[in-house]
Amino acid sequence: MAKYVCTVCGYVYDPAQGDPDNGIDPGTSFENLPADWVCPLCGASKDEFEQEK
Amino acid sequence: MKPIQIAEKIFDVGVTDWNIRDFHGYSTEQGSTYNAFLILDEKIALIDTVKKEYADQLLNHISQIVDPARIDYVISNHTEMDHTGALAQVMQAVGPDTPLVCSKMGHKNLSAHFRNAWNYQTVQSKDTLSLGSRTLSFLETRMLHWPDSMFTYLAEDKILFSSDAFGQHYAGPEKYDDVMGEAVMPHARKYFANILLPYSDLILKLIEQVGQMGLEIRMICPDHGVIWRREPEKIIEAYGRWSRQIPEKKALVVYDTMWHSTEKMAEAIVDGFIEAGVRARPIHIRSSHRSDIMTELMDARALVVGSPTLNNGLFPTVSDFLTYMKGLRPKNKIGAAFGSYGWSGEAVKLVNRELEDAKIQLVDSGLKIAYVPGPEQLEQCVDFGKKIAAAVLAD
Repeated sequence: MAKYVCTVCGYVYDPAQGDPDNGIDPGTSFENLPADWVCPLCGASKDEFEQEK
Repeated sequence: MKPIQIAEKIFDVGVTDWNIRDFHGYSTEQGSTYNAFLILDEKIALIDTVKKEYADQLLNHISQIVDPARIDYVISNHTEMDHTGALAQVMQAVGPDTPLVCSKMGHKNLSAHFRNAWNYQTVQSKDTLSLGSRTLSFLETRMLHWPDSMFTYLAEDKILFSSDAFGQHYAGPEKYDDVMGEAVMPHARKYFANILLPYSDLILKLIEQVGQMGLEIRMICPDHGVIWRREPEKIIEAYGRWSRQIPEKKALVVYDTMWHSTEKMAEAIVDGFIEAGVRARPIHIRSSHRSDIMTELMDARALVVGSPTLNNGLFPTVSDFLTYMKGLRPKNKIGAAFGSYGWSGEAVKLVNRELEDAKIQLVDSGLKIAYVPGPEQLEQCVDFGKKIAAAVLAD
């Protein structure tokens, strides 16, 4: 599963880790994150993420 | 500096750093100030502190108004150490159990700076804190310019304590925008170009959000430089304009040089721009500061970068500029590379790569000239300038 980078602050969403602090289980793909999920670091919305090259 | 009363029972208790000239790589020719604000009401609140080495001075300023032990709330709008360095000493003086009010990210970041078990009280946007006859409210401004950043707003007095936003690195006798006049704007602009530029899109959203909230602002108190009291809307409007990054028909030719060959090229390229009717100037990197180059670049459409090839690579100062520029993520730029070389000439290719990485659209594959440019090669440089000028004018 692809990692995604926040274009605002540089945080990397790694599906293998998920975002447990915000109720996202490890193994959740970026696509399957809820639409209202935001960057845990800077609060940017999903559309501000890009797939990691 | 002595504490200054900025409104009824509200004081700037901050300090002036007259001598700082290098603020983490940003040139501060006229020093800076670290502003901190004390609000006296039924409860007493301190908003932000100062750099560590100024802790005594801050506490002295507070003591001239009120015993620090009487402070009921310490509010940290931003974790960076020019505003929290004095926190340990301040918390000791006000009492370590005093609520330390900050955003959720502020809590996280302060905990990574200080290991003290302070009485953190986290707030989020729209939360309020009553001081008695006055009420503070908070607005999280994540990544403006750290994850922890927030604004504190005092509704009754219509004062926005804006942390680093709207600040300027400037130390002087003036404390207000109306006293300083137009001279404040270049400092505010340089601050924006070097600190806030990467977050332009967030700033536009924030300005919209503040508009929707109907927040009335009579005074903006940033943590650096002068307070905006005559026309706070002027600096908000400027932030909107700077954030949109709509370039002017202007080009910068930024270069370094070993034996004046890349310099000759730079000046000929500038001639080409000027002949074509585009405002341009050469900027020799070692004669300028990277933070001033960024300020110049903010409203330019074209960035042309020249580097000699040194030991098969970029000239080190060119790398410095490119690294700094890339991090600040300027938008809506076109660019090209040039440089003189001796035998291998990798620099142009390497500059191209950096410009592409910075999402600057290349309008030419670049111009490299072996050793010293003669009249014919200089003519090539003029034409190179004209070609990029045509792209600037084509917008």
